[in-house]
Amino acid sequence: MTGTAIEQPSFFQAKKGLFSWIFTLDHKRIGILYLYSIGIFFLVAAALGVLMRLELLNPGRDLIEAQTYNQVFTLHGVIMIFLFIIPSVPAVFGNFFLPIMLGTDDVAFPRLNLFSWWLYILGALFALSTLLFGDGPADTGWTFYAPYSVKTGTNVTMSVLAAFILGFSSILTGLNFIVTIHRLRTPGMGFNQMPLFSWALYATSWIQLLATPVIGITLLMIVAERVFGIGLFDPSIGGDPILYQHLFWIYSHPAVYIMALPAMGIVSEIIPTFAQRTIFGYKAIAYSSMAIAFVGYFVWGHHMFTSGMSGAAAIVFSIMTFFVAIPTAVKVFNWVATLYKGSIDIQVPLLFALAFIFNFLIGGLTGLVLGALAADVHVHDTYFVVGHFHYVMFGGAGFAFFGALHYWFPKMWGRMYNKKVANTAFALLFIGFNATYFPMLILGLKGMPRRYYDYLPEFHDLNIVSTFGSWILVTGIIVMVINLLAGGLKGKKASANPWHGITLEWQTASPPPLLNFDKMPELPKGGPYNYPNAKNADH
Amino acid sequence: MADSHTFVLPNSGHNFDAKASKMGMWLFLLTELLLFGGLFLVYMIYRYLNQDAFLLASFELNVWMGTINTIVLLTSSMTIAMAITALQKGNAKLAITLSWLTILAALGFLVIKYFEWSSKFEHGLFPGMDHFDALPLGERLYFYLYFFMTGLHALHVIVGGVFIAVVIRMIKKGKVTKERYSLLENSGLYWHLVDLIWIYLFPLFYLIH
Repeated sequence: MTGTAIEQPSFFQAKKGLFSWIFTLDHKRIGILYLYSIGIFFLVAAALGVLMRLELLNPGRDLIEAQTYNQVFTLHGVIMIFLFIIPSVPAVFGNFFLPIMLGTDDVAFPRLNLFSWWLYILGALFALSTLLFGDGPADTGWTFYAPYSVKTGTNVTMSVLAAFILGFSSILTGLNFIVTIHRLRTPGMGFNQMPLFSWALYATSWIQLLATPVIGITLLMIVAERVFGIGLFDPSIGGDPILYQHLFWIYSHPAVYIMALPAMGIVSEIIPTFAQRTIFGYKAIAYSSMAIAFVGYFVWGHHMFTSGMSGAAAIVFSIMTFFVAIPTAVKVFNWVATLYKGSIDIQVPLLFALAFIFNFLIGGLTGLVLGALAADVHVHDTYFVVGHFHYVMFGGAGFAFFGALHYWFPKMWGRMYNKKVANTAFALLFIGFNATYFPMLILGLKGMPRRYYDYLPEFHDLNIVSTFGSWILVTGIIVMVINLLAGGLKGKKASANPWHGITLEWQTASPPPLLNFDKMPELPKGGPYNYPNAKNADH
Repeated sequence: MADSHTFVLPNSGHNFDAKASKMGMWLFLLTELLLFGGLFLVYMIYRYLNQDAFLLASFELNVWMGTINTIVLLTSSMTIAMAITALQKGNAKLAITLSWLTILAALGFLVIKYFEWSSKFEHGLFPGMDHFDALPLGERLYFYLYFFMTGLHALHVIVGGVFIAVVIRMIKKGKVTKERYSLLENSGLYWHLVDLIWIYLFPLFYLIH
């Protein structure tokens, strides 16, 4: 790079010392703080996942007792859901890139942003404290279903409070993003000139804002029941456990879209950049995010088809569930159409985006099997659910997170990772992922129930495949993490725009200066994805 | 850091933006409404399932105390609204006095609430006490909700009072002024929400017969 003007120091160099990080108001540093904290929890929970797969290598007890197994899968779920997937993309890449993509220098409430990260850490400490005292971590599953969650002797109270605090952190991040998007877009950028990642975050933020309080109050009711005997859910002292399930899923189903929508936003960024082509159906993708957010509120009942509800209610919930597939499919078709006749440059981020589409298709279609009343009765609470969920969450949201990491890595650190190693890591991840979770779908159809540390001998073969797969998968994760760490420390210097993207983050230096831009950013003419050298005959 | 040569964007997130801060407050109030909304939903379902028991249990409450508390909160909403207008017109001193009056009303509300709750305890009407555990399930549900909802509301009264106290300090320091009054306005908005929730709690628990 030849610096023509005097180079601004990057946000890494602008200030030094530990306090300049943990008390920073800079959205980029907060994003990186989130990345490291979230990354660590992801590795911890992944290790728990590998442990469970090891236990399931053979029928019967291999490594851990049944009770320990219950606690392990609960902790795996609590960490992965509340500490990894829900905050992952918005808190890391949303924080880092939303203001830059909008052409501003920070979020609307920088102090609130820092406070959200502190709340996240506090929630994490609450969750981890369950390991230290009493009967250990909760053994209820991450759903904390009453009345068992009220009666068990394990540390449910602390886990539930952790989820409450983390929810509060998530609400404040969402609130911050909504106001940022409304108030701080660069002059000339209307809503329909925003990058699609911003649209996805906008839809996500509304869900965070409108759904999270409901689980907040529900979890507080669980705490009140355990601490004061306010028996709102325990039938033996008055309450109704089914009501808990309703309240829980009123949040937790929309929460699935908190996890999925930002991932879709990332795919919508990566694909046009590597196809060097205008995104096909900009408005359709933008508005379908809002449609998913909206319809997602009315489908929670599909988690409860077998817990007892009227036939009429079940049919309505089932139909609504099928409706979600429409805006989702709109997105998939648009991504594929964007690739058509593009000048495609196959790089690691694109591979992750394509893997997202592949995995998410399987996750989505198996979701329809679960949303259909007749089929759900058979596969409910089997490994089919586990397989489906991991295809959507890990194969979908997780792969998009990795994709974003590889896509924006040169922008965040100003260096490039080793692309060959990154390709290898991707191959290991993709093969390992499918080898781990596809057998689960078959096991579920064959009737293997979930959440047991043991199984019947006829399920042995596929469990061996799945556990082998988990080893490939975890190798992929390790290779990827080491490659990225090495790239960040001593990778080759990256240019300001290594992928030839045209959204605003590629107009500033890598890594960006403290205030993001040293001159007014220029909006691309004719929309955020109007690539100058693309052959856009049809536009 | 920011020397005179540093380029600063016109749409900087570090600018003071009264509209943004008000918008943020409204969004936060929305989440508060949903927080209580979950409880109202639970109340609705249990009341529907146990209509007679809820009616019977509601006779245990003291309507007079509830009424006085309603008047206290409504008055405090008025004083905080007046405080905002006073500050907008440049009378910081009056704004501080009116804010103190609001805090006083908040304390009064909590004192009355304290007496109400203690009389319930004296009658053995708290989960775990003998008299309470002998009640039919429906009446217990009523009291679970009564304690949980009024308790959570009382927490909000405390938070609102502290919020207003912080703003009073900021006015004294000159950080909240005639030109930059949005923090006081936000504390007022929050206080109105606390009031509003009570306006719903009062008839639901005390008045429906």
